[in-house]
Amino acid sequence: MSTLLTTEYGVKDIVKSFGGAKALSGVSISVKSGEVHCIAGENGSGKSTLIKIMSGIHAPDTGLIRLGEKSFTKLSPREAVHEGVQVIFQDFSLLPNMTVAENIAMPTYILNNSRILSKNQTKEIASNALSLIGVDIDINTPVADISIASKQLIAIARATNLGVKMLFMDEPTTALTRKEIKRLFEVVEQIKARGVATVFVSHKIDEIQEICNTITILRNGEVVGDGLMKDFDRKTISQAMTGLDVSESRIAPKLEKTTKKVVEIKNFTTKPTFSNISFSIAPGEILGMTGLLGSGRTELAEAIFGQYPVDSGEIIVDGTPIQLNSSSKALKAGIGYVPPDRLTQGLFLEQSILNNLVAVGIDKYQSKGGRLSKSRLIEAGERWIKELRIKTNNPQNPVTSLSGGNQQRVVLAKWLAMNPHLMILNGPTVGVDIGSKREILKIIRDRAQEGMAFLVISDDIPELVQICHRVIVIKNGQISKEFSEAELDEKILYKELS
Amino acid sequence: MNIRKLLLRNETALIIAIVVLSLIIGIKSPEFFTLANLFDIFRSSFVQLIFALGVLIVIISGGIDISFPAVGIFAGYTAVVLMQRFEWNPENLLLPIALAIIIGTILGAINSIAIATFGIPTLIATLGTSGIFRGLMLTFIGSSFISDIPVALDKFATADLLKIQPEVGTLARLHVLIIPVAILTILVSLLLTRTMFGRSVYALGGGVEATRRLGISVKRTQAKIYMLVGGLSGLAGILYVSLQRKANPYDLAGSELDIIAAVVLGGASIMGGYGTVFGTVLGVLLISLIKGNLILLGVSGSWQRAAVGALLLIGITVQALNESKKAKNRRVSTSDEAGQ
Repeated sequence: MSTLLTTEYGVKDIVKSFGGAKALSGVSISVKSGEVHCIAGENGSGKSTLIKIMSGIHAPDTGLIRLGEKSFTKLSPREAVHEGVQVIFQDFSLLPNMTVAENIAMPTYILNNSRILSKNQTKEIASNALSLIGVDIDINTPVADISIASKQLIAIARATNLGVKMLFMDEPTTALTRKEIKRLFEVVEQIKARGVATVFVSHKIDEIQEICNTITILRNGEVVGDGLMKDFDRKTISQAMTGLDVSESRIAPKLEKTTKKVVEIKNFTTKPTFSNISFSIAPGEILGMTGLLGSGRTELAEAIFGQYPVDSGEIIVDGTPIQLNSSSKALKAGIGYVPPDRLTQGLFLEQSILNNLVAVGIDKYQSKGGRLSKSRLIEAGERWIKELRIKTNNPQNPVTSLSGGNQQRVVLAKWLAMNPHLMILNGPTVGVDIGSKREILKIIRDRAQEGMAFLVISDDIPELVQICHRVIVIKNGQISKEFSEAELDEKILYKELS
Repeated sequence: MNIRKLLLRNETALIIAIVVLSLIIGIKSPEFFTLANLFDIFRSSFVQLIFALGVLIVIISGGIDISFPAVGIFAGYTAVVLMQRFEWNPENLLLPIALAIIIGTILGAINSIAIATFGIPTLIATLGTSGIFRGLMLTFIGSSFISDIPVALDKFATADLLKIQPEVGTLARLHVLIIPVAILTILVSLLLTRTMFGRSVYALGGGVEATRRLGISVKRTQAKIYMLVGGLSGLAGILYVSLQRKANPYDLAGSELDIIAAVVLGGASIMGGYGTVFGTVLGVLLISLIKGNLILLGVSGSWQRAAVGALLLIGITVQALNESKKAKNRRVSTSDEAGQ
């Protein structure tokens, strides 16, 4: 490190308003080369506006962008790239129909204004870029055929290849397994050693504590805390982000002892995905399920919802064995399922908030003759908006106008309206901020108290410990361990997982 | 590339289909396997192929253009009308071809404005302009059949590169167009695979937002695409007029089915992002084979249209099935990775 001159990158006193609303009011951030800096903040805190200003998509109203010796009042996207500012977006912005090599090399050609491409040069650019960050991926594979973790690495290779000096990574770990996150962090360490100023935008506190040296916390467009990472802990970060005293103590409701069972699963097997899975859930019980990505947990959840084939095994709902081969049968039996990818599977993105809220169980709003009763629909929609505290001024707005946390609440509301006996939630708080997460966990708790049974599948161990009565760990398609309420402990769970 | 991959390629399937169909037709009617018939299949493929190359580019970019037959006949017919009115009667083909390409490009630019500037979905935009182009032509340019087309165009209809008289049977004529069309095909292939513009077309089909973030202008690329298709359609239109030795403003209506079917059978994904020139060439040959020779099997003309329609649906279904199979494989392989 000492051989490299440290340079500072960042912004000074940035103000940016949209319409009348201030997105950023006087934000200053400074990141040194060879440092990993974290920007933490809830949705709407100004994180994305800041990224867009740095990458030249928005121009700030006032303030300066500082890149080493140079200062700018605004950047164009091209200038940003020329000055070495790169952003890796959450969706990586890769082209699935093109090879790894082309995806990495395209921006280089664009930057050089090349009209003609050579296949050999493309391969050369790509191999160099990948070896630079010490990653080995077959460059001739189409991007559609590779894992999310590899896509992430390709996006990094592409960025570093363009002479990156400041690299933004927007929620880089959202879709990765623990093992893949480890690999990602190794690569981040490498680019850090090469003097890149890396900015991690995230709200996964345990991860940012592991990888970041410094932190800036934003709330409502203002910096509410910054300094060395080691001076912050989980609690102070959460408090700064939300402005609330966030306690992460257990909030699971007391579970009454009962022999009644909402759902009993006996020897569920579909080889090779999962085998001999047996468990049961009591009324009002919140059962947690965790396992690495690919352990079979999602398939298992889909199987209970009738969307994944089961070769053998039995499912008993409220004492009667049922045959599950479609989601409509599962719905009839009183099983609801909120999928992990709410954007593609759980919401009608083009439709209004109201239409989304009432989409499941739309039959209930029929009047005589099969026509939908508009007033009943609106009444129900508004009730949910109030009950779940969805932030919107007009339920007719498209659901995409909501923040991630609010969208997730819409998905939840949609399913809770069915009043299922068992509610399966797969990754209920993925991609939502701490405030929304707390709301969502509270909704789960309140419903459990009323007797609804929950199966919560999550990677977020602290969340499971906080809310569950029991947690089962899935490994290679089998239940590797079950933890009772008394045994729930973050450290032990992490150990069992890895 | 290993053998399994080669066999799974769309092009391989097409070649097999062409060979099998040829064998069936050939066994039933011996005149199929004559040079004259082969050259006829080529001749009926030239115009189709030029249209298809344009359509291929649009489909790869994730769009669709159904106005190309209207653009083609508009350009071809108008070029002939202009030449007659101003009594231009040059010896060579340069003028009519240049006129048709310019007219086609202008009509393509109108599509570009509708699609790139106003953001109208491509199917609807070109459906609309298709009606506008045909209507304008019939109202303002002319609606009558022209049989005395300019001499250069008329002569070109019989410009043969090769004439071979077999011992028995008809004279086999290979039209000289095979050379320029082959060159054009190679040029389009190079354009798509080796240039930034070509790769931007694929990029657009792979994802609009990702393309924009790469710093490629989506609007400019779209505008270029629809103008290029317009120009190619104009060229195809004038060559069609020449080969037919007449200019009929009502012609080419309905040919979009054959050409889109050829491109889709050639492996271009209707969702965008995928497609090759080689596949399109094979697709065009297969369609020409069906259109020209099913009659030898005793299949009537009206059934040929149904056959092409069915092939289009089969082509799209195979694409969809492959896609879902791939998605399933991906899922299994990610489970494997984590299981290790």
